[in-house]
Amino acid sequence: MKTRPLIRLALLLSLLATLPGVTGCQNVKPWQRGTLADYTMKQDRDPTSEALNEHIWFSRETAAGGKGVGGGGCGCN
Amino acid sequence: MQSNKLICLVGLALGLALVPGAQAALKTGDAFPALADFHLTGPVPADLAGKVVIVDFWASWCGPCGESFPAMDELQKKFGAQGLVIIAVNEDENKSDMDDFLKTHTVSFTVVRDAKQSLVEVAGIGTMPGSFVLGRDGKVAFAHNGYHGSETKKQYEQEILSLLK
Repeated sequence: MKTRPLIRLALLLSLLATLPGVTGCQNVKPWQRGTLADYTMKQDRDPTSEALNEHIWFSRETAAGGKGVGGGGCGCN
Repeated sequence: MQSNKLICLVGLALGLALVPGAQAALKTGDAFPALADFHLTGPVPADLAGKVVIVDFWASWCGPCGESFPAMDELQKKFGAQGLVIIAVNEDENKSDMDDFLKTHTVSFTVVRDAKQSLVEVAGIGTMPGSFVLGRDGKVAFAHNGYHGSETKKQYEQEILSLLK
């Protein structure tokens, strides 16, 4: 019966070991960023529309900036 | 009890199998793998023995890669006769992207394509562009992450000169 806590611990450890693999997260390697680097993936690809949106957010919501999303883009250099 | 142990083992094995492995990048002093082993397409140089080689990984979508090309071309022309070989390894998913890029970036150095991205996987570069400067012994003498204009070009020159001696 003393082995029971050990088995529980082992079960817990095995579950923890499995968790990172089932999250669906995947590291994008530097040479796999072709799609992320595409022009259409840029949030600020149209400067005029960007300026208008910024103006609306600032005047209606007193909010500005903070739109940067980590992990996008070419990731070069 | 047996089934519990089995669950533990299966869980651990699954977990370890699914966790992304640590990237083993080439380091200074490592022997660069033989290019012939990677099914590269294009004019892969047959004999690099005794040459100073720069292996540069690039892609058409990578801005700094394009910036580095004129400098690389200059280096190839300047030191080629002394034994410098520059090999630019393309990592684009589509060959047409590479071809379009090369139409506007005419270069004198060798360009090959790593369609399966297997060489770059082994090299394990940290960013694009990434390059390795190999000494005459075929070992990595210097490694570069990214291209930072004239600063990187100057570094290349100094490294090439030190290896060509």
